[in-house]
Amino acid sequence: MRLEYFQMIDRVISVGPGEIATEATVPLASPVFEGHFPGHPLVPGVLLVETMAQASGFLLLHRLGFARMPFLIGSKETKLRSFVAPGAVLQVTATLVHEGSGFAVTDAAITAAGRRICEVRELKFSLQGFPAPELQAAMRERALQIGLTEEPRP
Amino acid sequence: MASAFERIADIIAETSDVPRESIKPESHVIEDLGIDSLDFLDIVFAIDKAFGIKVPVESWTQEVNSGAAPAGQYFVMENLAKRIEELVAAKAG
Repeated sequence: MRLEYFQMIDRVISVGPGEIATEATVPLASPVFEGHFPGHPLVPGVLLVETMAQASGFLLLHRLGFARMPFLIGSKETKLRSFVAPGAVLQVTATLVHEGSGFAVTDAAITAAGRRICEVRELKFSLQGFPAPELQAAMRERALQIGLTEEPRP
Repeated sequence: MASAFERIADIIAETSDVPRESIKPESHVIEDLGIDSLDFLDIVFAIDKAFGIKVPVESWTQEVNSGAAPAGQYFVMENLAKRIEELVAAKAG
């Protein structure tokens, strides 16, 4: 993870039409920890939600053949169960709940060493055409870096 | 079973801040009920789940924006209910 660059997902372990399993290692040092919190570094809860959203986003990009960009627009319920400290290795999973017309909904969760860290129910994404070709290229490049092979939508 | 209109009105009241009693067959979802695009998406998600369909919001919006169809055809409650019934019938058939 590079928290300050919002690069949350390090590796894709597996991906299918309706689910993705990924991994993310929390860095030992980051400017984020200078403020959150002094003397007690923790990954902010909002960044854990972002991490689950990004796993969902890669699932959707893969499903959509990178033809559209998922933008986070809401969630139903979030539970942050455990602190996440520097060096933690996170298993981040996401499951497709529903694909509607122009939107998609996922559930997502993070575990570490078999322990439940957090979950979010019904992350909602607006599926839009890429507003800039640079963004589409960057998403494809990032996907390759994390081992998400591109498969066009059937 | 409740009519499509009643089920959709219940969904709107549960999903947004619109009082159930203010939702009439002639109500325009956006202009009269004041539902914005984000709330409408939540409503569509709930309708998709409740009726087991995929409401084609994008194609409806494109038709309206291109002038091919009046907005009321899809976004006035009684018409919305008819469109949902058609989608359910098409799926069943």
